[in-house]
Amino acid sequence: MTTATAEDFQYLQGFLLDRSAIVLSEDKQYLVETRLLPVVQRHGVESITDLVRAIRRGDKTVETAVVDAMTTNETSWFRDAAPFDALRNLVLPELVASNVTRRRLAIWSAACSTGQELYSVAMLLDSEFSDLASWRVDLHGTDLSTTVVQRARTGSFTALEINRGLPATLLVRYFRREGAQFVIADSIRSRVRFELFNLARPWPPMQDYDVILLRNVLIYFDVETKRDVLERVRGRLRPGGFLLLGTAETTRGLVDGFRPIPVGATTVFRREES
Amino acid sequence: MRALVVDDSRAMRSLLRQILLQLGIEVAEAAEGRAAIDLVEAGPVPELVLVDWHMPVMDGLELVTELRAHKEWRHMAIMMVTTESEHENMVRALLAGANEYLIKPFTADAVVEKLSLLGLHCATVPAGDSYGGATQP
Repeated sequence: MTTATAEDFQYLQGFLLDRSAIVLSEDKQYLVETRLLPVVQRHGVESITDLVRAIRRGDKTVETAVVDAMTTNETSWFRDAAPFDALRNLVLPELVASNVTRRRLAIWSAACSTGQELYSVAMLLDSEFSDLASWRVDLHGTDLSTTVVQRARTGSFTALEINRGLPATLLVRYFRREGAQFVIADSIRSRVRFELFNLARPWPPMQDYDVILLRNVLIYFDVETKRDVLERVRGRLRPGGFLLLGTAETTRGLVDGFRPIPVGATTVFRREES
Repeated sequence: MRALVVDDSRAMRSLLRQILLQLGIEVAEAAEGRAAIDLVEAGPVPELVLVDWHMPVMDGLELVTELRAHKEWRHMAIMMVTTESEHENMVRALLAGANEYLIKPFTADAVVEKLSLLGLHCATVPAGDSYGGATQP
């Protein structure tokens, strides 16, 4: 059976809301089917109903596979360009100046998918901010999908992925080909770390960051979750640190303590000094 | 804007033509490098040239070298669109004067993003379109 019954859909709505805080609206039945049918095939079961049954009886493998499949993983290098222009022209120069004594910088890509965003930041730092070579720079990527975190750690990409927004000069400078894959240079990969992390669940103790990239994540959350996540993000951002959101996202009307700063075609949100 | 698509595969020329037309770009085609040079010389000079690597008569690398030998065409953006993805050869193409590199297979989104990297901003392709033998995630 290739369709999800109303009962399956309702169960999956609750399950995904609980596991990933993703709000699956009623018009997303097609999404459930297109994303979960490959999981049905992979697990050798008959239908989406069988997957739901497996989740109900606590099958962790199926749970993980379903969360992975339902999480939007679309990503590209230097995605949307404008946030990276903001990093290049405002955020990083300001932070380099204000941290010149500490000589430390911490950046968190909080929904890193397969790693392109964080690796893009790492290449930007390496190619344009050579002052930072002697600093301690923490580049941290997290995602709630086990599969994408594992893939991000490999630093290995297909031609299709490599084509998505990566300038040719950076491709030849930072990647080597291994068979059909393009693998990022060890000098870049060794500077980043990727971990499993669920923004909507309680957070473990963690460090403070100078920049948090939380792009195109809030759009999937309801207002309460947005507010909750943004408050916790503010708590992990150093005073004067920057939050970068997706094009359609804002802190306005949700949390206080951020100052919106327009930069080129985007807006960054700076944590006010407390 | 005008583009010239140079590829010995008729199917690939047709695919690239469709993508570029959707972006509001006029398209001329050539099946190899020599014919491409003739078209550019006859004018009008395209702002963008998409170049396959392996072609009969004059290959893509020779074509790029030839185009870059003409100072009057220096504003032309050149993008390789090819299955050739050996690191050494990609470097050779860039050194010869190619500005960007797109590896086959590719999606329409990838073409749009590459044109943006070249500073050529166009109308966007409807989401979900996929080309070049590839399926979008």
